Amino acid sequence: MSDFIGIFLAVLLAILIAPHVQKHAGAILSGVTRINFVQRNGVLISTYLIVAVLTWTVVMIVLPQLYMMDYSFRHNLLPNDIGGPKDVHTLEHYRYLLFGRPGDVELMNWLHLKVFGRTILVSVLITLVDFALCYPIAYYMAQVAKGGKARLLVLCLILPFWVNEILRAFAFRILFGTGGVINVLLVGMGFVDEPIDFLKADVGLYAGLSYAYILLMIFPIYNAVESLDHNQVEAARDLGSPWWRIHYRVVMPHAKPGIASGCTMVFMLCAGALAAPQILGGPSSLWFTQIIYQWFNTGGNWPRGAAYAFVLLIICIVFVMAVMRVFNVRFGEIAK
Amino acid sequence: MSADVELDHVTIRFGDFTAVNDANLRIEEGEFFSFLGPSGCGKTTILRAVSGFLDPSEGEVRIGGKNMWGIGPNKRPTALIFQNLALFPLMSVADNIAFGLEVRGVSKFERRKRADELLSLIALSDQGEKLVTALSGGQRQRVAIARALAVEPEVLLLDEPLSALDLKLRQHMRTELRAIQQRVGITFIYITHDQGEALTMSDRVAVMSAGVVQQIDNGTTIYNDPATAFVASFVGENNPFSGKVTKADNGFAVIDSKFGPLRGRNNQGLKEGDDAILFIRPEALVLANGKAQSENVVEAAVVNEEFEGQFVKIYLKGEGPKDIGLSVINDASTELPEEGQTTRIVFDPDRAVVLPVGEMADE
Amino acid sequence: MTSKTVMRIMVGFYILLFFGYLFGPLLLMGASAFNTSTFPQVAPWEGFTVKWFGALLANSAMVEGFWNSIWIGLGVICLAVPISLAAALMMTQVYEHVRPFYYTIVVSPVLIPGVILGLSTVVFWDKIGAMVEADFDTSWFYDGMFLTIVGQSTFISAYCMLIFLARLQRFDRNLEEAALDLGATNVQVFWKILIPFLRPAIFSAAVLAFLTSFENYNTTVFTIGSDSTLTTVLSGQIRLGTKPDVSALAVIIVAITLVGATVHEVIRRREMAREEAAREAARRAEMAIDMKLAATPAAAS
Repeated sequence: MSDFIGIFLAVLLAILIAPHVQKHAGAILSGVTRINFVQRNGVLISTYLIVAVLTWTVVMIVLPQLYMMDYSFRHNLLPNDIGGPKDVHTLEHYRYLLFGRPGDVELMNWLHLKVFGRTILVSVLITLVDFALCYPIAYYMAQVAKGGKARLLVLCLILPFWVNEILRAFAFRILFGTGGVINVLLVGMGFVDEPIDFLKADVGLYAGLSYAYILLMIFPIYNAVESLDHNQVEAARDLGSPWWRIHYRVVMPHAKPGIASGCTMVFMLCAGALAAPQILGGPSSLWFTQIIYQWFNTGGNWPRGAAYAFVLLIICIVFVMAVMRVFNVRFGEIAK
Repeated sequence: MSADVELDHVTIRFGDFTAVNDANLRIEEGEFFSFLGPSGCGKTTILRAVSGFLDPSEGEVRIGGKNMWGIGPNKRPTALIFQNLALFPLMSVADNIAFGLEVRGVSKFERRKRADELLSLIALSDQGEKLVTALSGGQRQRVAIARALAVEPEVLLLDEPLSALDLKLRQHMRTELRAIQQRVGITFIYITHDQGEALTMSDRVAVMSAGVVQQIDNGTTIYNDPATAFVASFVGENNPFSGKVTKADNGFAVIDSKFGPLRGRNNQGLKEGDDAILFIRPEALVLANGKAQSENVVEAAVVNEEFEGQFVKIYLKGEGPKDIGLSVINDASTELPEEGQTTRIVFDPDRAVVLPVGEMADE
Repeated sequence: MTSKTVMRIMVGFYILLFFGYLFGPLLLMGASAFNTSTFPQVAPWEGFTVKWFGALLANSAMVEGFWNSIWIGLGVICLAVPISLAAALMMTQVYEHVRPFYYTIVVSPVLIPGVILGLSTVVFWDKIGAMVEADFDTSWFYDGMFLTIVGQSTFISAYCMLIFLARLQRFDRNLEEAALDLGATNVQVFWKILIPFLRPAIFSAAVLAFLTSFENYNTTVFTIGSDSTLTTVLSGQIRLGTKPDVSALAVIIVAITLVGATVHEVIRRREMAREEAAREAARRAEMAIDMKLAATPAAAS
């Protein structure tokens, strides 16, 4: 409780004071006179700007994340015990993710660790697949197709993605279900005798996930490739470069920020997906977000859910940093 | 109504950088006053201090005798015409012109009337309903002037407003601006890096370099009697000869240049032994053509000749990397030297100035 | 000729395949809405019907969720649009060396998984509620609708901010200064210069905010508590086994999307035509002036 208030005050103060310190220190040291924030915007507008931005950054973004972090290090207590002597920090929930309940037969909590590993691995694979699928289309739309045709293609791409995420997953259920179109076709044409349970084998889930976020791969790449002067491609061709080398040496380096952005978005959304695994996942397989949801919902252990969520957040941050390092791009170029 | 503008020892700093250093001058009521200098010389900073977008770090800006410190741009009796004009693209021409009245709460009827008057002043009477984006460059220019005049400023500030126009239109607008100024009779402060604009339109010009006001005078004086090496080298073409002063008397000084002793007017009080530069304009240099001369003779090889119709430009090998240029009237009787040949040129000491060594304008 | 033609055919085939992949599942889902079979399927086709659209209206949970989603969407517009506008304006004014830090903070919600945003919102407000000893039944801090609006706005504000930033990049700061110089107060500059300039962006941001809110699931499922939205109802019903009324809903949503996209495209084209007309007029005016100057050389000298 007390350190929670401490964090709150520290962040608030830092954000409130930092610009002032800088401004005044600068002004006193060098005698600069410059129109300051309030002079420039007037009292009314300044108040609106500051209140709105502080509400968002502090109350909506920073504090909930910090509090969730703090919360994940606390015991799951009854309301009466909160703030009492039992309300101390603990690694209990992180230990649980790694080792399970104390005294379990298994040394490690393989069930949850496997789910975690699978979530990350599959998300990476889906990201790679989506990139392979999208790059040709993005290149075609940005460099080959002209005017009206390109606009029509863009429109056609956007349309499916205004359809609800859940409905999109539902569409894949219709496609892959035991009574679904694919099974009816397979059985009808005599390839298999019995319908295959694609959902149980998670084929439906993987297909649905790679489908769900494909737009977020195409558009950043499309925007990046579009800004490439087509003459560069022609020049490379003129100099005798084969097509694959043109892409490898000219187009891809130019589109690097877009590719980084697309890969980051798809990975994040995949790893953080909840609807598609709930609808398309087989009964025995889980996605990491589903475990978080279970702790939060039926499991009734919010701090443990918070701990799992925090682990997911860390992985996402690591991934973003890795992408920034590998592609050598700045954060601002990824989140555009 | 018109007002005078005073800069009383104004210094403006941004961090460690001093944009304006101790500017001290007075612009009279109804004067057309220009600040001339290369980009980054601090002229725009002065304009912003006068219009109220920043306050000086030291010193005072006074308009009509009143200290303007802390008074915002919307409270000052000035109007600014921006380099890119900054017309409001979403408003009609008439709404642009009447904007200053609108924010002052003037009634719609009054606004309409005043906008119509100004539209006829700038000869755009039937264009009030158009969007400003539908106007030509010159028309936009005039709308910007009308918009500034609508608020009846005592001082009109112009920040290189002609720089976006093509050459022909620019020359046309010079005449028009001067005419408008004479008609409305208010103080104009004009910022430019184009010496042609400054010299043709202004009553007085302040030449600036690196935050320092170098000289304030009318155009003729600035050209004929530059006060510093910077002004001499920035305004018009000039040939510099450097050396030590060997003799200074009766308003003249002699320097020992690489080409021998050269004499020119000494308005800056140089004394014997001072490092100095003598400047002589290309049109003041003449070919000696064998005639005997007692002083100011320069002998050098001809590097290049350019035929320009009315006159011929001849370049001789100078003391440094820069050639000595002279303009010779093309009157067919003059015998021109061959390229590569050594020739002798002379000049009248009355037309040369000797100035202290200082920063030169790089062209 | 041959290799180029083969290449072109292959590219065309790939594009066809790709768009087949994009639209195929949706078309099948649409078709299943008209099949009389009580399970959402296309094959076997048992007969054409529109009864599932009626069933949709009778699905009271779905209808209630729909209205909740509408209200939440409107709430998100009211919260996220002003916040994102302020954040974008702040971005243009914040000190140069603080800007990357600020940018990282305000854009991070885009990259934080929705489930985490939802979870952190709930535990945070739960704590605030406990701190002020708010009443569980009546207080906002435990209200699903309020929490959902706040939780969604956390990241939707970031999307909207990016829209505003894109528009602000094309804003000429001189316009503000010109207005100030002409005597406008700061508030007048804001309302008469900045807001009119940003109007298209405000509209886009509001539409984006509403649509994103309307279809959000990951954050909502944590914040909504005992209430429901269309997405949480849908997800629940699909998991428990489905009827084709879900497909009927999809058909309606796709239809609305199609109409919306078409209208948007038409408006955009009209706008472009208008801008082109203004440019054309400027070109003509320019030519007329040139001719006049050419005719009176005296004026030019």
